[in-house]
Amino acid sequence: MSETTPNADRDETQRSTAVDPADPADPTPVPGETDGKFGRYGGQYVPEALMPAIEELTDAYQRYVLENEDGFMDEFRRRLREFGGRPTPLQHAERLSERYDRDVYLKREDLLHGGAHKLNNALGQVLLAKYMGKSRVIAETGAGQHGTATAMAAAHLDMPCEVYMGERDINRQRPNVFRMTLNGTTVTPVTAGRGTLKEAISETMRDWAGSVEDTHYVIGSVVGPHPFPAMVRDFQSVVSEEARRQALETIDELPTDVVACAGGGSNTMGSFAAFLEDESVSLHAVEAGGSDLSIDEAAGVAPNSASLYAGEEGVLHGARTKLLQDAHGQIVESHSVSSGLDYAGVGPELAHLADEGRIHPAAVDDDQALEAFHLLSRTEGIIPALESAHAIAYLETVAGPENEGEADAESEVGSGSETAGQEADALGDAVVVTVSGRGDKDLESVIEETAARDIDGAPDMSAFTGGI
Amino acid sequence: MVDDAASDDAGVDPEPAAGGVEPAEDDGPTTGNSEAIARAFADGPAYIPYLAVGDPDYESSLEYVEALERGGADLIELGLPFSEPIAEGPTIQGAVVRALEGGMTPDRFFEFVEELDVDVPLVCMTYYNLIYQWGEASGPRPFVERAAEAGLEGFVVPDLPAEEADPLRDACDEFGLDLVFIVAPTTEGDRLDRIMSRVSGYVYVQARLGTTGAQDDVSDRTAASLDRLREYDVPKAVGFGISAGEHAERIVAAGADGIIVGSALVDIVAEGAEADRSAETVADRLEALSRELVEGADRGYRARSPTADSR
Repeated sequence: MSETTPNADRDETQRSTAVDPADPADPTPVPGETDGKFGRYGGQYVPEALMPAIEELTDAYQRYVLENEDGFMDEFRRRLREFGGRPTPLQHAERLSERYDRDVYLKREDLLHGGAHKLNNALGQVLLAKYMGKSRVIAETGAGQHGTATAMAAAHLDMPCEVYMGERDINRQRPNVFRMTLNGTTVTPVTAGRGTLKEAISETMRDWAGSVEDTHYVIGSVVGPHPFPAMVRDFQSVVSEEARRQALETIDELPTDVVACAGGGSNTMGSFAAFLEDESVSLHAVEAGGSDLSIDEAAGVAPNSASLYAGEEGVLHGARTKLLQDAHGQIVESHSVSSGLDYAGVGPELAHLADEGRIHPAAVDDDQALEAFHLLSRTEGIIPALESAHAIAYLETVAGPENEGEADAESEVGSGSETAGQEADALGDAVVVTVSGRGDKDLESVIEETAARDIDGAPDMSAFTGGI
Repeated sequence: MVDDAASDDAGVDPEPAAGGVEPAEDDGPTTGNSEAIARAFADGPAYIPYLAVGDPDYESSLEYVEALERGGADLIELGLPFSEPIAEGPTIQGAVVRALEGGMTPDRFFEFVEELDVDVPLVCMTYYNLIYQWGEASGPRPFVERAAEAGLEGFVVPDLPAEEADPLRDACDEFGLDLVFIVAPTTEGDRLDRIMSRVSGYVYVQARLGTTGAQDDVSDRTAASLDRLREYDVPKAVGFGISAGEHAERIVAAGADGIIVGSALVDIVAEGAEADRSAETVADRLEALSRELVEGADRGYRARSPTADSR
């Protein structure tokens, strides 16, 4: 069904003949035909000034990443081990397993150097920029996790680096801004719009449009024009490659479920990639439901970041994907308590996999994520990133004590929980949850957000409300 | 420079000429779909101003666009504001914000075009998501049909490269509109061919890398770009950074068939909005800068071809 789009049926075969088929020097397949599309999603919707760089990158991706030319992938894997500390553990979480009455395993990406999965991609792309002979890298960042990962990778590989970050995010994530600065990166505030990830991506694309000849854009998620969504997935797929192997080694079978949070979707695709062919493994993409799953058209605001769950097809930042937009196609401001999930779009491959029914999108709200943050901190001794807390919260809403019995009920729509997307997603008895990052960066936000709410199991915040 | 006689339409569609300009190919007509756009380039260099529609409000914006025609516009690019204008510099980003805050929507944009009292061809410049989302049916066709009905003659879509443009190209051909592509200083070889096989009306030659924005100087990469385009028989209009008569002169002298000016004009609108000037004052300034640019372009044209008549 999703192999062809109506547009492709009508037009593209006909037009593609405009490229001289007799010219063997044209190595670029016409996108829309083969490369760069995931079903009806993906593509390369970027200003013409960027297209030569995109073509150059597509070629470099093919040679270095897919074909390991000059031993690129060997060097990448070596540096992930030696600099990054891979592999990360797959840990049996004893209290969670007891609480949810099934085996829960945590894929501990929070233990990767820098404290989040982001380094996998950043190291891959900065190294690729070096192989391509670029002399500078730029990146956008939301929570600051991708920015800090890129800054570390750039320092490690001796590359000048500039990171664009929304002004509001800079204020929410001051420790990460300082970390980037320590690594020698220039952090440039973006004041457009609401000053979050969406604006930072736009501004980084503008920089790239003017600097494309010597600069590589290290995009932070499985978004943007082809080849970024595929390439970032490939760099991140080490997460699921390890988890799959570790599951087979320790429990002698594949997990029944993999749960990961989804903003742009890099940790999601990283957690799912190696399991896509394993049809017995259910894949759950947990988005930020924010405070409400609807879109306020008049205000141009979606109080959530649930593009897969609540978004509509459209074109943003180089790709056709699912977006939070109003009826005219203007992109609305998203919201999440977690700035790393706060984005109005999602990776095109995830949009496709959701349409195909291969992954199950779900959403948990800000309150549920905060509760899960405290639960994991208190019961397992792991302070997770607020992003990762969404994945844990999904377990609670589907299989928690208050939802006794519902977890194993198949496909009961509206079975009592308020959690969007849970109906179809009963969990099996061996669940892998990706802890995509650690929560140190979020402590200030957590103090503020927890103090403003009545959160089950949260410690007394009164001593900390002035900050740490 | 536009071969009006070309009528060698090889397509199945008998009426509009298919877009596309191919060098030394026998199946490609060399003119666009819109006769009005062809005429804009027919008698000397075309002055092509841009304004964001609805900046800072609907009524003022009507006056401003009409002032551009009085100032000598041969064709006008009307920006339909999109929330994520990734190809625009700070000046036009500001215009987009003001226009959106003023309530501009695609429907209001079409009403604006219908209400506008100008005789020159109008081209819509916007981002693909707005074209793609409009109307009930999916794809760009409903938007193009409505645009044709409103009297628009073509499109420039900065985030739509040739590779993704076929649905819009076909809709433009169906309704007799042109589809203008941007050629960057980095565009050459096969990419250039691919773009030029799909362009119609005119080609937008981006004078330098980066985003839109007025500059004190204009790039000398323009001459190289014009050289690369020489073999293609379609009008070449240069934009990005042109803000004064002498820029226009130099660029036309280098061989451009038209100049596109956006940010320098938007600066006047922005300054007027900030200083709370009357719409009439702002319109007068737009008209005055337009005249300066037109005169510059004419000087450049005479320098290039001493025998050519000034317009």
